[in-house]
Amino acid sequence: MVRVLINAPKQVRAGQAFEVKLLINHPMESGQRRDTFGQAIPREIIHSITCTLGGQEVFQADLFPAISANPFLAFWAVATQSGDLTIRFTDDQGTTQTDSVAIAVV
Amino acid sequence: MTASTTPLPLARRRFVLTALAGTTLPTLGARANPRQVADLIRAVTGATPVQTGKVTLDLPVLVENGNAVAMTITIDAPAGSVRALHVFADGNPLPEVLRLRFGPASGAPRLSTRIRLADSQTVTALAELADGTFWQDRVELLVTLAACLE
Repeated sequence: MVRVLINAPKQVRAGQAFEVKLLINHPMESGQRRDTFGQAIPREIIHSITCTLGGQEVFQADLFPAISANPFLAFWAVATQSGDLTIRFTDDQGTTQTDSVAIAVV
Repeated sequence: MTASTTPLPLARRRFVLTALAGTTLPTLGARANPRQVADLIRAVTGATPVQTGKVTLDLPVLVENGNAVAMTITIDAPAGSVRALHVFADGNPLPEVLRLRFGPASGAPRLSTRIRLADSQTVTALAELADGTFWQDRVELLVTLAACLE
């Protein structure tokens, strides 16, 4: 389990776009670095993130080693009814983690 | 005569090839190059021409630390009309940075993130619109402290 911060408004208006900020605590080891003994440090990144809102896809992203450590993503979503904003991501070890916050449409 | 003249050009050819290999191959292995990015763009677009405009790639022109460079991409098109977004960096060890598909719950075709840049280079943002057109923006920037070294 890695620490995930999702910054989204708790209440939104239907049909009005709002910004979501996502921060995942992850080293995003690029696979390009060497340790002190000259051995290559194996790649260990989050390579795929999917964001859904009330079951509908907001975006699906493939990340490459060029994304900085502790990946930060800010994007815009729009809701028509109350539901969960869900972030689902997979790392190189095949571990998938899901985090969500509730968004209420007022 | 023919037996003595043929080995000479071959030896010279070998010498030239090894000299070329010594100068160009290590840099090819370490960094991507603009041709690789052009190939990747062609793999995405196919035969469709890429137009400049609509996409705004916001990156600092002078980067002090390549480990985390704030990048914002805004596409001047209504939400739902942008199919995908690609980002390429032609001076990184791997030219691909990000590939993103916008879904029906996307509120605006806009994204901010932080990227690594290994060297002074050109970054390209390519957007695919729902009408099948491709738009791009490029930023050429200077990196004083490169990522990926230590």
